[in-house]
Amino acid sequence: MSKPKVAVYKFSSCDGCQLSLLNLEDELLDLAGAIDFAFFLEASSKTVAGPYDIALVEGSISTPHEVERIKEIRAQSRFLVALGICATAGGIQALRNFSDKDELAFMVYTHPEYLHALDTSVPLSEHVQVDLELWGCPVNKYQALEVIAALLQNRRPNLPTHSVCLDCKRDSNPCVLVAYGIPCMGPVTRTGCGALCPGKTRGCYGCFGPVPNAEAPAMATVLSTMETYPDETYQLLRYFTGYAPAYRLVADKMTDRGGAK
Amino acid sequence: MNQNIEIPALARVEGEGALYIRLKDGKIAEIELNIYEPPRFFEGFLRGRHYQQVPDITARICGICPVAYQMSSVQALEKALGVEITPEIRALRRLLYDAEYIESHALHIYMLQAPDLLGHDSVLSLAGAAPEIVKKALRLKKIGNQLLSIIGGRSVHPVNTCVGGFYCWPNTDELHNLLPELEWGLEASRETVRWATNLPFPDLQIFDYEFVAIHHPDEYGILEGDVLSSNGKQIPVEEFEKSYLETHVRHSNALHSHNTQGQPYITGPMARLNLNYEQLGVEAQEMIQEIGLELPINNPYEMLLARAIELVEVYAEAIRLVKAYQPHGASRVSVTPRMGEGSGASEAPRGLLYHRYVVDEKGEIRFALIVPPTAQNLARIEADLWVLAPKIIDLPQSEATLACEHLVRSYDPCISCATHFLKLKVEDANNMP
Repeated sequence: MSKPKVAVYKFSSCDGCQLSLLNLEDELLDLAGAIDFAFFLEASSKTVAGPYDIALVEGSISTPHEVERIKEIRAQSRFLVALGICATAGGIQALRNFSDKDELAFMVYTHPEYLHALDTSVPLSEHVQVDLELWGCPVNKYQALEVIAALLQNRRPNLPTHSVCLDCKRDSNPCVLVAYGIPCMGPVTRTGCGALCPGKTRGCYGCFGPVPNAEAPAMATVLSTMETYPDETYQLLRYFTGYAPAYRLVADKMTDRGGAK
Repeated sequence: MNQNIEIPALARVEGEGALYIRLKDGKIAEIELNIYEPPRFFEGFLRGRHYQQVPDITARICGICPVAYQMSSVQALEKALGVEITPEIRALRRLLYDAEYIESHALHIYMLQAPDLLGHDSVLSLAGAAPEIVKKALRLKKIGNQLLSIIGGRSVHPVNTCVGGFYCWPNTDELHNLLPELEWGLEASRETVRWATNLPFPDLQIFDYEFVAIHHPDEYGILEGDVLSSNGKQIPVEEFEKSYLETHVRHSNALHSHNTQGQPYITGPMARLNLNYEQLGVEAQEMIQEIGLELPINNPYEMLLARAIELVEVYAEAIRLVKAYQPHGASRVSVTPRMGEGSGASEAPRGLLYHRYVVDEKGEIRFALIVPPTAQNLARIEADLWVLAPKIIDLPQSEATLACEHLVRSYDPCISCATHFLKLKVEDANNMP
């Protein structure tokens, strides 16, 4: 039996999620024995044409060309996995969705007319059907490995869906929010990082995106009573996964009330 | 090389771009490094954000060198806010930076550039032919990631850096427990230098380089210092923008940099080593002597050798810093928001990274400017290709193409930073359809 063909693609992103695959130093060679990295430009100049069994896609859709590319990739891939929060929620680039792109372009580039960019940065799922979303900024490399292993074994991947908050309890971290009054997104943020930030005495900033059924409105109410700088609650919601609906809708309401910009 | 070549994607670089080389009457008519990595608007996003979010946001510019972005940004902001850090915090920043160099250099030397020199497509195919080399490479790289994780929580986008220092001190035992691995890494990086000396680098000497790097009188310039040029000019970081300019060219979503005379310059490992070899620690100096390396290096392909020497340097320094690590006092100095402006620069593994910010009285960012290393090198890469192209014009198409790709890769371009995907298209104007 030939090895399953896996393709790794980059869209608008920082490379951090595909680097996480290369950071599987102990597993990489075994992984390369089990699958054929048929298209992985970051790692190899040899490319094998599709169709592919698995496509791992990093990055958001932010240019007209990317809209076309993701459709082509979808058409030649059996399983399409969105890798990381750019691919699952538009990522940090989705901050442009809340402001005037032309104004932003003018701040960075002297000739914005040379650019080819869409007004928005959106998740893959707004353009194609996505079979599995793996959250995180960056993704947890062992979760990425679990996804590949599960697909090879034709089973559902074992990905926890509780909140960061639960990890802190399990790790016996003192609660930074209750004990130190540090604003923390842990109760509404998806697990996966290992509760890194509270473990380092700082508040979670939501880089794995909203936990399923996040009580974001209640979270915002609590956070707004303990801000350490103006508009902190709003800024925490409009952050790396600010375009994910659970966070977005709460922040939208804050804007409507005129409380935050 | 008499027909059109098109490589749909330059591999083993970070980011997306294309390279066009057009011929006319058998001569090189046009060379264009086309960066079509999507434009990203980081400097715009930063406006209105709180200063303490900047190191987390700018880290996302690059998954390979997030620490560089964190370090340049916090230093610029600390200047703007009038914050003085303690020697302990500074030492831990050096150690965190060493960890990123270890990870990034091991990745580039063995996984991105070495396959070109050894006739392979990737480190994975190399693993079949030379498993011991690849196992060593992976272990070398892993140690950098372990060190990053101990200090920063994770290797990609670590979470411990803040304006004023660190959210918390890393665990002393965890750092000390890594010492045997670091010692192994130092020896393995010496072996890397010896191995690299015998690699078949293409011969390309370029004698009009202006090397530009951070220079520090007491240590190998990585974290901070003045901006030193091989033309003799040494300026404080505050004057960087007066001497080095970014321009926006039509074929690129990255900005290109030039000096005030309009000439391209080069930043990165070759510039650092050529300018700052005297500041290297004894271990790296010994390796330069052992292999009889003559400086300056003027062959861009040999940047791998400079990275290998630097790998020795950062492993040796990491060992010293871990042994000396005794956290005491606060891990972060307190910051009071105030109006101010500050610039900061450090040496990302691929070159000089400059940031400038204006902060208002509430601590909100009013203005941000980021000049990444690859943007500074793009004009120089094009200039190098102008030197290379006539020399390879008689080679078979595939060899000529590989020589160009390899040259671009040797710069370790981080195109996501500058703005992944290089396309080499050689067009003959006489054969245009």
